[in-house]
Order: sequence, then C-alpha cells, then structure tokens
Amino acid sequence: MKNKMNECTDWVLERFPMSKLWNEHMAEYYAPKNFNFWYFFGSLALLMLVNQFLTGILLTMNYKPDAKLAFDSVEYIMRDVNWGWLVRYMHSTGASAFFIIIYLHMFRGMMYGSYKKPRELIWIFGMLLFVCLMAEAFMGYLLPWGQMSYWGAQVIISLFSAIPVIGDELSLWIRGDYVISDATLNRFFAFHVIAVPLALIILVFLHIVALHEVGSNNPDGIEIKESKDPWGKPVDGIPFHPYYTVKDIVGVGVFLLFFATVIFYMPEMGGYFLENANFIPADPLKTPEHIEPSWYFTPFYAILRAVPDKFAGVIAMGGSIVVFFLLPWLDRCEVKSIRYRGGIFKKALALFVISFLALGWLGTQPATPTLTMVARVFTVIYFAFFLLMPIYTRWEKTKPVPRRVTHEADAEEQYAAIVDALEEMTIHEPMKTSWGATAFPVTPNKTGIKHVASRLLKKLKESFE
Amino acid sequence: MNHEDVDNSRRQFLTTALTVVGAVGTGYLAVPFLSQMQPSAKAMAAGAPVEVNISKIEPGQLIRVAWRGKPVWVLSRTPEVLAILEKDTAKLADPNSHESKQPDYITDPLRSIKPEIFIAVGLCTHLGCSPTFRPEIAPNDLGADWNGGFFCPCHGSGFDLAGRVYRSVPAPTNLEIPPYRYITDTLIIIGEENAEENA
Repeated sequence: MKNKMNECTDWVLERFPMSKLWNEHMAEYYAPKNFNFWYFFGSLALLMLVNQFLTGILLTMNYKPDAKLAFDSVEYIMRDVNWGWLVRYMHSTGASAFFIIIYLHMFRGMMYGSYKKPRELIWIFGMLLFVCLMAEAFMGYLLPWGQMSYWGAQVIISLFSAIPVIGDELSLWIRGDYVISDATLNRFFAFHVIAVPLALIILVFLHIVALHEVGSNNPDGIEIKESKDPWGKPVDGIPFHPYYTVKDIVGVGVFLLFFATVIFYMPEMGGYFLENANFIPADPLKTPEHIEPSWYFTPFYAILRAVPDKFAGVIAMGGSIVVFFLLPWLDRCEVKSIRYRGGIFKKALALFVISFLALGWLGTQPATPTLTMVARVFTVIYFAFFLLMPIYTRWEKTKPVPRRVTHEADAEEQYAAIVDALEEMTIHEPMKTSWGATAFPVTPNKTGIKHVASRLLKKLKESFE
Repeated sequence: MNHEDVDNSRRQFLTTALTVVGAVGTGYLAVPFLSQMQPSAKAMAAGAPVEVNISKIEPGQLIRVAWRGKPVWVLSRTPEVLAILEKDTAKLADPNSHESKQPDYITDPLRSIKPEIFIAVGLCTHLGCSPTFRPEIAPNDLGADWNGGFFCPCHGSGFDLAGRVYRSVPAPTNLEIPPYRYITDTLIIIGEENAEENA
C-alpha cells in the first residue's frame, strides 16, 4: 500500500514541482524569528479574502442583479434561504473586518519601514490591492440597492465628472445610463463578482512572490539574510512552516472570536457596518437626510468635503491615496524600524494616525462649518506627513541599529514586573468587619498608582525622543 | 542549425510588424468592448418628456416629478420669496447664471419662465445628491443668514430658491434648469421645448 502511495507521489513529482514549491514558500522559507502581534494581519487578510470568496459565491446563488428585484432578493436571502442571514452577515461583516485588518497591516508596514528598499514593489502591489479592495467594496455596496447604496454610488460616480473635458462622458460611460439605474447595478455586479476578484487574486500572488523573493521585514527592520550560518540559513530565521503557520493559527483563533461576536450579536455595528438608510429601498427622487459612506472610506471622504472646490476636492481625495504609493521614495531615512528612528518620525507618525482617525470620524458627521474647518486642519496634517517627509526624515537623529534581531520580553516574562506593579498600586490591610471576622480587602494605593503612572509616562516620553 | 545565416534585421522587421498589426487589432477590438458600456439604445430612448399639472400647487409648495430618472422640482414661489431673491444676491457665486446649465430662453436672474413657478433638476451640481428643501428663514441648524433655499446634506452646498449657488461651497455651478414649456397656464411639459419638436 505504502509503495503504491510513493509511486503515486513520484508520478506527480516528475510532472509537477510540488515539493519544490512547498519548500520554497513554506518549509524552507525563512522568516525572522522576532515577529510580533503586528505580523498576524497578513495571514488574516488572506483568511478574509477566502471568507469573502466563499460567502460571495453562496450569495450569488440567490441574489438578483436587477433594480426591480435586488432589494427583495437580499431580504429573501436574510429571511427565507437556509442560513442565508449567516452567509450574508459573514460577507458584510467580512468586508469591514477586511478593512480593519488591511489598515493595521499597512500601519505595521509604516511602523517598521516594510516599504523601504528592497521591498518597494511589495508595497506597490499592496497599495494596488488596497485600491482594488476599495473598488470591490464600493461596487458591492451598490448591490443591496438600498438608499445608501444608491446615493453613495451617485456621489462616487459623480466624482469622475469633476475631471475637466472628459468628466461627463466618463461618468456616463461608467453608469451606462444618465442616472444610476439597472444598467449600473448589473455592470457593478459583473465587476464585483468577476473582474475585481480576479485582479485581487493576481495581485495577492504578485505581493507574495515579491515578498518571498526579498524575504520578510521584522520589528527590528534589519535584513536577516545578512547573518547566515555555515549552511547558508539565516541565523535569525525560522522556517515559516511549522513555526509561523502554528503561530498564525493562534491569531486566527483570537480573530474568529471577535469576528463571530460581531456576526452574531452586532452585525450592523450600530449603523457602521450596515448603514440604517440601507434598509430602505433605493429612491432616485430623495437623498437620505444624512449620507455617509461606509466607515472605511470616511477619512478620504472627509478630505473630499474639506476642500471647497469640486475639482480640487476630487484631486485631494485621489491624492490622499496616491501619496501612499510614493512612501518608499518620500522617506529618506536609512533606518527602517521605528524602534531606532528619530523622535521626529515617531511624532509625525503619531500625528498622522490621529489625523487619519479624526478624519474618519469627521467623515461620518454632517458637514457643519465648524467640523469642515476641523477637517481642513487634519487634511493639512495628513498631507504634511507625506509631503514634508523628504525634509524631516533627513534631520532624523537615529539610534544605532543592532546587527541581529533583538529579544522582546513577552507577557510571560513580564509577569513578575506586572505583579510588582499591581502590588505597588494596592493596599492589603487586614480589618475587622462589623461581625467580628477578619477581612483582607484590596484598596487602591493612590501614591503607588501615581508612581507607576509617572514611570509609564516617562517611558512613553523617552520612546518619543 | 547554423546561426550565422540568421538575418537579424528581417527578424526585427517581422517582430515590429507583428507588434504594430497586433496593436491595431487590439485597438479595433477595444472599440466595441468599450462602446458596449455606453448607454444602450433603450436607455437613450427613455428620456420621454413628462407633463406636470400645477393647478393644485399651494403657494410655497414644492412638488417632485421624475424625468429621465432624475428628480425635477416644481416650486411655487410667493411674492415674499421673490422679493428676497431680488435683493439678497451678495452671497451668490453666480447671480446672473453665466456659468450654469439652462435653456437659452431662461434669461431672468430668477431663472424661470414665470417668476412664481420655479423648475429645476433637483440634483446638486457638486456630486449629485438631491438637496433638501429648506424654505424657512434663519433656522437653528443653518445659521442666521439663511434666507430660505436648498441645502445639500451630503457636502454642505447651499442654493437659494432660484437654484443659485452660494459662495465658498463645494458645488461649482447653479442648479440645472431642464427644458420645459407651458402648454396651458396650469400644465407644464418638462423635457420638451417647442410644440413641434416631439422628441
């Protein structure tokens, strides 16, 4: 029997480089041994892609891409199709989860300089993936044919009409009609289920091929290929399989816990994952009182609204995504990881994250004059982070970069320190209760808390220098 | 194979010729592919004019009708509204509608054939949301200098009750006026200019 199996394997191996592929990309792909929490999000993004494919295929079996039938077919899936509600919520929550993961994945890249030489192409493929993902999410959002689907699409397609000369013709061509209509819905369905998913798969392939060519970056931002053992293996590397496949399974487990909680207990996420206005069928004569895009577009949307000129607003919004592509060339600092970079970059990155989150919140709010002014301030900070980068990264006072990866104390090793801190922050004094027994209540120790807090603050301040 | 006999210039010529012919062929194929996404003949034919009966419209009332799938507003303007529109032009970006899309025969600054009936396409010229009708004077949320108009909830553009856009808002031009004419005093046809032209 075993002989037969071996023969079978040999037959395949003579015709297909199965074990070569496995070794190159899994068993003998050496990844740095110091990956931390932030390195979960690559594999989680892949998991989300699979989730969207599987649930998407199931949804197309009952969904009708027809302006007259679309809204009802989604309700039909929710009410009458066996487990239809689960599949639909997995798909809609999956879209939001996908963006959370991708934003964290991108932030990881910015923190540890994963976009820098020699990983510029990985970053470019990743940014193209991000743009495709936004297109995919936008087109998918039209399909339920609710009020927010309709007017959201109306606004986004009108963005193209701001382009001088060809704008009106272009938006007409995208819509396939003078207004958003059945023609638009039908073609968005085609793009959403065929064209863009294909592009996503190709780009994921390119992203990973490029990554495995140069090797993964790590929290220390050093090249593990520069220190090799006599057998040519990186001394600070461990085979992706089984080490990181097993580590990633832990990440998947924790992630699924959160994912399932949202699917089962708050699938609409208070109107952020599925907006309230989208439970009303599309009405071409009436815009909802307050229109906002899905939360993952709101930072860019806030930038669009902040500019008081139509064409300039569209340019600013497009520019806010295009500058990400230029990141590898805007950053002139030689040091990759934020651990060894100067305080000015840390402060700039912190400001950028604050302005990105603030713009994201502003994009969900009505456009009052005060909030528009606030949005303008954050838009300036957003662009300043990128456009001033060639200047401030040159002055950076970097710290010495280690030659080998460093060891970071994990929670288990920090346990004693955590216990000590807790001890310092609390008072245990035996006291007599009213009925004569002795109790050991735990009360907070004010001076102790002050000490611990000031030490933490000092540490935080030092890390920003 | 004897490589010394290879005529490289001939190879180069064949490669170039094939590339050029291939590019031309791809170009030809792109025409039907791209043109396929243009509005179909059916979509283009669907723009039939609509008739609106205004005999029952109350003073100050706004009615919405659908023309080519777009909302079209028919607004009855009271003399008070017209008086405000005449004098309150300081905050307008284009009070005489030089930059705006409207039929040639609409020359009045108040942008209608008869001043008391105002007709416009109810889509913001910024990004195509349908602005809300806010005829009240100085409401709490829009500020003290709001004299009645249309406010776009999407991006905060404001228009007066003649569809004229305010300064420093995202919308670039005044609201579009569709072609229309009066059949009788109380019957308007939208989307058609002359009685002879039956589109």
